[in-house]
Amino acid sequence: MSIAEAAPVVRGGPAISAREWRMLLVSVLILLAAACVPLVVGGYALQVSISIVMYAAFATSWLLFSGPTNYIALCTAAFFGIGMYVTAAGVDLVPYPVLILASGVAGAILAAIVGLATLRVSGIYFVIFSLGLAELVRQCMTWGQHVFGTMSGLYVTVDRSEPMYYWQLLALTAVIFLVGWWIGRSRLGFALRIIGNDEVVAVHCGINTARAKVVLFIISSTFASIIGALVAPRWGYVEPVVAFNPFLSFQVVIMALLGGTHRLWGPLLGVIPFTLLWELISIEFPDQTTLLLGLCFLLIVYAIPNGFTGLIEDVWQRRKGGVAPGARNA
Amino acid sequence: MPELVASEALSAAGLTKRFGGLAAVENMSFGLAEKEVLGLIGPNGSGKTTVMNLISGALKPSSGEIKLYGDNITGIGPSQVATKGVARTFQLVRMLPAMTVLENVAAGGVFGHARRWGKELEDYAQGLLARVGLANAGGAVVSALTYIDQKRVELARALASDPKVLLLDEWLAGLNPTELNVGIALIEQLRSEGCTIIIVEHVMHAIRSLCDRCIVMSSGVKIAEGTPAEVLADHGVIRAYLGDENA
Amino acid sequence: MITKAAGTPAICSSGNRNRSIKSDMDIVIIGLLLGGTYALMAMGLQLQYGVARIMNLANGEVLIAGAFGAFWFFLGTKASPLWSLLFVVPCAFGLNWAIYRVLIVPLVRRSKSQGKLEVDSILATFGLSFFFIGIMVAAFGAQYTDYSYLSEPVFIFGQRYGLNRVVSFGASVILCAALYLWLHKTRAGLALRAVSVNPSAAGLVSINVINASALAFALGGAVTAAGGVLLSMYLTFDASYGVVFTLKALIIVILGGVGDIRGTIVAAFVLGLAETAVATLIDPGLTLAAAYVLFMLVLLVRPQGLFGRRVA
Ligand SMILES: Nc1ncnc2c1ncn2[C@@H]1O[C@H](COP(=O)(O)OP(=O)(O)OP(=O)(O)O)[C@@H](O)[C@H]1O
Ligand SMILES: [Mg+2]
Repeated sequence: MSIAEAAPVVRGGPAISAREWRMLLVSVLILLAAACVPLVVGGYALQVSISIVMYAAFATSWLLFSGPTNYIALCTAAFFGIGMYVTAAGVDLVPYPVLILASGVAGAILAAIVGLATLRVSGIYFVIFSLGLAELVRQCMTWGQHVFGTMSGLYVTVDRSEPMYYWQLLALTAVIFLVGWWIGRSRLGFALRIIGNDEVVAVHCGINTARAKVVLFIISSTFASIIGALVAPRWGYVEPVVAFNPFLSFQVVIMALLGGTHRLWGPLLGVIPFTLLWELISIEFPDQTTLLLGLCFLLIVYAIPNGFTGLIEDVWQRRKGGVAPGARNA
Repeated sequence: MPELVASEALSAAGLTKRFGGLAAVENMSFGLAEKEVLGLIGPNGSGKTTVMNLISGALKPSSGEIKLYGDNITGIGPSQVATKGVARTFQLVRMLPAMTVLENVAAGGVFGHARRWGKELEDYAQGLLARVGLANAGGAVVSALTYIDQKRVELARALASDPKVLLLDEWLAGLNPTELNVGIALIEQLRSEGCTIIIVEHVMHAIRSLCDRCIVMSSGVKIAEGTPAEVLADHGVIRAYLGDENA
Repeated sequence: MITKAAGTPAICSSGNRNRSIKSDMDIVIIGLLLGGTYALMAMGLQLQYGVARIMNLANGEVLIAGAFGAFWFFLGTKASPLWSLLFVVPCAFGLNWAIYRVLIVPLVRRSKSQGKLEVDSILATFGLSFFFIGIMVAAFGAQYTDYSYLSEPVFIFGQRYGLNRVVSFGASVILCAALYLWLHKTRAGLALRAVSVNPSAAGLVSINVINASALAFALGGAVTAAGGVLLSMYLTFDASYGVVFTLKALIIVILGGVGDIRGTIVAAFVLGLAETAVATLIDPGLTLAAAYVLFMLVLLVRPQGLFGRRVA
């Protein structure tokens, strides 16, 4: 249910268990291996690899919020677009690293507003709000540009090589993982597990459930905006229709679901096969992408509701002879 | 309305809760002294749980006021009330099913009135488990526990926040006679340590042995107040429980 | 990697194809005409969410499908698109009934709690919405679609209004009234209202909750598609624009209070007026923003909706 489940009993404090050290070591090795990819491949393979790390960052940051709360956020595109626009608007005025930060801040502010308005009330209102958020921001952006008389498209010229994009996104993915791990060990993570188990008990334990959710949503959305800032120069030209494309929100959810939302590393398992599949679909059936994506989505929801991690855990449990872990997502 | 005494731990004045047309609690006023154990009794549906929900902040009163050591806690919401030092158990036990027994207890001691963390929290929770008689169950999953053991876990979770006032809603219900004696002994021990407690209970001999004072409710209103012996002899009370012809 | 969206939806539901809006009275009348059609669309969602308790994110796509049905019928026959209701409504009913039976019932069966069912049905219908968009793009293309029917003016208080708006409004009022009477005067309607209030208690008085929910879901889809037919008479639409209508319908339902038909109708007029005012006074591209502002206000002031009772 939560990103924290792998952690030992009542954690906290400085002590990191041997198991955690091992996990950390494995993660660092995987990260190093992944960092070598641009040294080995180039061209189309590198382009696909960049997509993979980008979606890995998206799906993992999405999971930070939607995993423990079970609130399906359908608004990745809104935050991504904000990050792109902040970068595009400021690229001639301030240094690029400042823009990356500013994008994060802009995303955080929007997330705070959305979170404070909806997360105090109920999960369903949050989902509805998130559904149209990208379109809402797009409308407001277009209107703003209209009022201020600026062009609807903006050019973003920052000098970056393809491997550089890859490494930037990979580094961000690593940061997202670290943050997820840290949340799992923190009081916030403990609070989220209690909320996930029984929200009534949670409030009577003194947990401000709305605040915990808002904080988590802000963290998650900030990352989506930062991805926008990192990717904007690669696109070179930013306009509302492309920056706020709701399709992105859809892709991110589907990848996270495919991988499984019960583990921090779950989405990784979904991102790689799905990005490859998606490449195939857009080459072979360029006109049927939406339809096929919808089909894939339905397939995942019905056939593997707990994602690849769910499947793996089932197999694992069966080998250990334990009970089926169907209660995991109760 | 009762006078506010300095040592008064909790006080309610004119407490009313309506659900649509039904007044589940009407114009209840009472006080609770520090270290006192107060019994809240009455027939089914008389509004006892609703009173507990109003105190713990789970429900907002339609009108009236609740104070904790003179501090107005009316309508501030359950998490705030918990932070101020009111802990509770639930009439129907509520466990955190995907967490271990130790974690279930620790959950009460992190975010509320007491804020422990790390090793200190773990030790404290372990100590509480020992106190309620579950010293060796810390690593177990809660679904493996018996009903009384789950009740013990819930009590330990409430105690983990070092509450100023403890609310026990039919904590003894559903226990067999042996378990009941164990349960009563446990509360007796809390009482001797100076806990301030409100007990909602149908088990009358528990009320007799545990409570300093008793309030009787019927159809949402207070119909009697006094020592357990006094109120249980009261005609109005007997009528409320058993109907007119037995009075 | 990210495919281009189907186009810039410069649609403004109240931005008028026929001419621009001028006076305040215009805003009120156009807003009311629009609100009347919105009421029908939102009643469809109300049946699906309030009675069948399924958050159907593919609701807007059904509406767009209805609009395409009317468009296709009008192109083929040049007869009044209102006649297309005769096949759009039964088709949408059948389609939604099948969706409930095939896609939703398994979710109801497998989910252990209402919360889990909510998450699952959101995901399933979200996937379904993209599936529908894909089918409609394949069938009708991704471009903006409109057709010109009854675009001659009528005069109300000395001002000119598109006859299509007025006819659409009238048809919507008739359909809403019929639905209202059906819900309040027939046994089946009573069963649906009972399920809406309390599904488990309805089960106790021998109402088959699954059947009643399937009926409500199918009927809701049919009503929504009818709303699509009526809206297509004066709005421009494209295959991917359904989500905006899903949102508007959801916002109307929440504003009016879940399960409250009367509230839905009032809220539909509020949204129609608010949108028209924003489109006229600020910018026709901001209609969704108007809906969101209403949404924000409800969330902050009255989360239970205009007429809803606060849940304890
Ligand atoms: N959330 C609610 N909504 C509507 N009515 C409620 C609600 N909670 C309680 N009631 C009603 O308020 C009245 C008092 O209920 P309450 O649970 O407080 O009684 P009680 O004294 O605790 O009974 P018991 O001994 O059975 O636990 C009952 O008639 C009950 O149906
Ligand atoms: Mg009770």
